[in-house]
Amino acid sequence: MSDRSNLVYRYDGSYQGFLCCVAECFADKGLPAAVQTLDEPQATLFPIKAVDTCPELAKRVERSLGEKISPQVQDMVRRGFLTCMEEKELRLIRFILLGYKHGPKVTGLGVHDDVHAIDKALLYLKNEAHYHVEFLRFADCGGFLAAKITPNNWVLPLIVSHFCQRFNCENFLIFDKTHGMGFVYQGKDGQSRGEFFYADAVDLPEPDQDEERYQKLWRLFYDTIAVEGRINPRLRRGNMPMRYWVNMTEFQRQDPGLRRP
Amino acid sequence: MDIFAKLEILTDAAKYDVACTSSGVDRPAQKGKLGSTVKAGICHSFAADGRCISLLKVLMSNDCAYDCTYCVNRRGNESPRATFTPQELCELTMQFYRRNYIEGLFLSSAVVKNPDYTCELMLAAVKMLRERWGFWGYVHIKAIPGASPRLTEQLGLYADRMSVNIELPSQQSLKRLAPQKSKEKILTPMRQIRDGIAQNSREIVKYKAAPRFVPAGQSTQMIIGASPESDRQILLLTEGLYKKYSLKRVFFSAYMPVVADRALPALNTPPPLLREHRLYQADWLLRFYGFQAGEILDDQNPDFNPLLDPKCNWAVNHMEHFPLEVNTAPYEMLLRVPGIGVKSAMRIRTARRQCRLDFDGLKKLGVVLKRARYFILCGGKSISPLPMDSPAVIAGAISDRGLGQRKADPPEQLSLFAPSKEDGVKCLTGQI
Repeated sequence: MSDRSNLVYRYDGSYQGFLCCVAECFADKGLPAAVQTLDEPQATLFPIKAVDTCPELAKRVERSLGEKISPQVQDMVRRGFLTCMEEKELRLIRFILLGYKHGPKVTGLGVHDDVHAIDKALLYLKNEAHYHVEFLRFADCGGFLAAKITPNNWVLPLIVSHFCQRFNCENFLIFDKTHGMGFVYQGKDGQSRGEFFYADAVDLPEPDQDEERYQKLWRLFYDTIAVEGRINPRLRRGNMPMRYWVNMTEFQRQDPGLRRP
Repeated sequence: MDIFAKLEILTDAAKYDVACTSSGVDRPAQKGKLGSTVKAGICHSFAADGRCISLLKVLMSNDCAYDCTYCVNRRGNESPRATFTPQELCELTMQFYRRNYIEGLFLSSAVVKNPDYTCELMLAAVKMLRERWGFWGYVHIKAIPGASPRLTEQLGLYADRMSVNIELPSQQSLKRLAPQKSKEKILTPMRQIRDGIAQNSREIVKYKAAPRFVPAGQSTQMIIGASPESDRQILLLTEGLYKKYSLKRVFFSAYMPVVADRALPALNTPPPLLREHRLYQADWLLRFYGFQAGEILDDQNPDFNPLLDPKCNWAVNHMEHFPLEVNTAPYEMLLRVPGIGVKSAMRIRTARRQCRLDFDGLKKLGVVLKRARYFILCGGKSISPLPMDSPAVIAGAISDRGLGQRKADPPEQLSLFAPSKEDGVKCLTGQI
């Protein structure tokens, strides 16, 4: 497929929408110059083509990824869509085309530019998701637990199953502030229901006395457990990048004097 | 005493314990219970010293009846004493856990009155935690040497991992610094836990519902630098523990001078952190690289080379095995090349079945050649920038942090009558 066209696709930003863009490439017999979401400001003089999202078409494309290439590629595309890779749509489209050409062994072409970029982005996604499993902090907001995260990738869909199982008898909410996306789970009263939602912001109540108490206890524990003779800020930063500190209870203190170096 | 003071005292007393891992067992969540465990373990935070915080690491009590010289909690040391009630401990664990602060509980204790009494205290706490509060996360319990076997066994049914501290690397040191403990007393529970695990693994085959006994295995730890053992002795002991007691891990803890005593290093001695690091490197060689303790250190060199890690050190002293042809060398020998780890060796093994490897291919596989290039050949070719016939030259090229670490004396003007230290003192006191 040639990439001579200077068309720009605009789609609604959903995964289904993206799959329809893939189908559109086949209809046009050519790669677009760029793929944008509808939210992005229109800053190009190239001709624009709005791609409508059609669930049936999306389903067809997704099924074909699994059958014609391999389930592994299907999974890679799905996760690749969650990453914050530059020009991720275009790269993924090129990766899919490469997959149709080479079959299942496309995943092994680590030296190819697009495959290499996607491999790297997926690794970043995986690592960031794991960091969030580790460093996410809940606060009890009276009847439910709430956590706020600010990830670069869309890690939320990858981490919720861990928390749903672990806290199956709690009600909790995780809100991804970067992407305006959240997840609520209701596990109290013997039910277990979880669902994603979109919101620009979530207002949480101020922590009550009990919550304050446990936060203070945790900070006390955190400060006490370090051995003075071995203080090593570089090692700590290496293991726990400072980007995650903003949302962690142990670093949220009113009195900055209490913070140890 | 309020919970804040208790937590501070009992955390402060527990912080020198090294084992804070939450690994070794995959236990999926159960409906209605709080928690799950993951085989690889999860770290939840890192303290200012860079060590991971995975478990709520506290003592049940620091009110010790023993008088071990190296320990902060010894009877003779004047410090505030506290004991958790089971209720308080359960509440802390549950509340920390549901906020995703921790992966579970690490419960150790000083010996209150006698070992049996201490064990009963701990047993009451974990029993309450598991049964009444429905806690399904990780629990690591320190066995108390000298307690009755029945109590240790019961503790094992509630714990995921148990450990017995071997404390010091030899019996003589133990006698000198921890007179109330003995090798026999320490090894008895270790042996009991080992046999319990073995028996349990047989039972689990026969009866699916058999209660699990210490499913994540047992570990131990010892203090490095408080007693005069050589690195070789420590390493041989470590190897013995892995072989005889099938331990999951042996931890080393660089001795922090916390109490002044004639039998111990002075209070201002810096902790031997590099030595601890080298021991961990050697520990990895024992567990994952197929080395024997006797190979890593021998009688002529009973201590680690501070400039070279143990694997490089072995390689430069055994240049007769190198250079190694990557395409044909056995997997076990690939593992012994400095710079090639388990992951790289496995990748080489799979890749060379498909095609002949060259140095570019190795780079694409992710093999780091910085140190490996002195020891390998690809298709008969070498890319070593140095002649390979002189081990000393290679040792210099691959040494860890170069010569910067070897602290040379500051340069000074030579003098025929250099003032000595006494001269300086005489100068001050006015004595001639």
